Amino acid sequence: MLRPVCPLGAVPRGEAYRWAIDPPVAIFHTEDGEVFAVDDTCTHQDASLADGWLEGAEVECPLHASRFDLRTGKVDAPPAKHPIRTHRAEVIDGVIHVEVS
Amino acid sequence: MLRIAIVGSAVAGFAAARALRRQSFDGEIVVVGAERHQPYDRPPLSKDFLTGACSAADLALEDPDEDLDLRWRLGTPAGRLDPANRRVVLEDGDEIRADGVIVATGARARRLPGGLADAHTLRTLDDAIALRAALRRGGRLVIIGAGFIGAEVASGARSLGLDVTVVEALPTPLAGPLGAEMGAVCAGLHGDHGVRLLTGVPVAGRNGDAVELADGTLLPADIVLAGVGAQPNVEWLAGSGLTVDGGVVTDEAGATNLPNVVATGDCATSFNRHAGRAIRVEHWTHAFEQPAAAVATLLGRVVPDRPNVPYFWSDQYGVRIQFAGHREDGDTVRIVEGDTEQRSFLAVYERDGRPVAVLGMNQPKLFTRWRRQLRAPISSPAP
Repeated sequence: MLRPVCPLGAVPRGEAYRWAIDPPVAIFHTEDGEVFAVDDTCTHQDASLADGWLEGAEVECPLHASRFDLRTGKVDAPPAKHPIRTHRAEVIDGVIHVEVS
Repeated sequence: MLRIAIVGSAVAGFAAARALRRQSFDGEIVVVGAERHQPYDRPPLSKDFLTGACSAADLALEDPDEDLDLRWRLGTPAGRLDPANRRVVLEDGDEIRADGVIVATGARARRLPGGLADAHTLRTLDDAIALRAALRRGGRLVIIGAGFIGAEVASGARSLGLDVTVVEALPTPLAGPLGAEMGAVCAGLHGDHGVRLLTGVPVAGRNGDAVELADGTLLPADIVLAGVGAQPNVEWLAGSGLTVDGGVVTDEAGATNLPNVVATGDCATSFNRHAGRAIRVEHWTHAFEQPAAAVATLLGRVVPDRPNVPYFWSDQYGVRIQFAGHREDGDTVRIVEGDTEQRSFLAVYERDGRPVAVLGMNQPKLFTRWRRQLRAPISSPAP
């Protein structure tokens, strides 16, 4: 079920929003205008990916250097070993909606 | 090269093994390790592992889906490097012949002399298992040394309900890495969380069940931890012909003065462009990332041209501290965001008007922006 999270305007391009549900979800608005939602907590050690570095459709964990593909959740470099969960995200009438997987 | 020996099975040794395969080395790789454990990650040992929030299995560095095809020789330290005969001799007399050697023997916890020689230290998994068991029994913990290890253990022990006192010989903890001003700010976290911090007083020794300070103060202790730094494991290289100055001396890419021998991680004193001189770095990120360059050097591949800006982090009392760059005495510190009193701020260290290092407390996002800025070839203020 898609749930409304926040207005798209509240998350500028290149920025992220941490949706504080349990477990928290990070919502990214890329420079290209795409919106992605993934689990916020790095699968390696406790760090919020919403605080990470967004580059294209990848986010780099702010604590170490693991990068996650926001489309697939796959990790491209250790130390993280496990992918993150991805969630369907859509913008409906200017509001970001997310369906938690 | 048909066979390469990696001496050291911790973070740097394992990163070297992975880098060898990633750089298409398809010969035999022998990994020698003094510890009996398969490679594991160290940072959680002073954090979640101590409090029981993670287990030894969570620390494994190996990815179950990754087949590096390594030959392990664990539980026996290397005793001697014999480059003329292209071999590494282990302490049990066994020998490994290899065309190339990667020295990644790391560092060990420094111990205190005299009656405190049997104090706990925290460096290895076995150390952490012993300390964790002691903390579970509870009581009064005295930590000698208010560096990052001491601070993280103090934080974990406090969360477990122990009575904790931290003793530091220097007037200000962490003055070396952070400078006195920011060191004092970080040390303030102890008091915020009910941990006693005594500074500027050296430890004299043990007096019965107490730790005795040079001024005669007695600190009753059920558990004593010495967090007084680390020293590189380079003694085994005596007589090998390798130049050692603190650590094994290398260039920026891990090359030593001997052909077919490279060194990396905590045991290496390597030229660092950012610092402008050779330094020995004990940070996890360095041990994790630098081996790829040493491996490229050994295999004769192109070494990636990446400025290696030192980076470390510390988690204590629910606060995340991150630092990047290289601070020197005389650098000026400027708070560019937040407030030290609020325990949420970003501080930039400047030399000749240029940013050279950055410290963040609970500011991961802004910190990352500045850290990347420092990595850029010409530093300029962050946007």
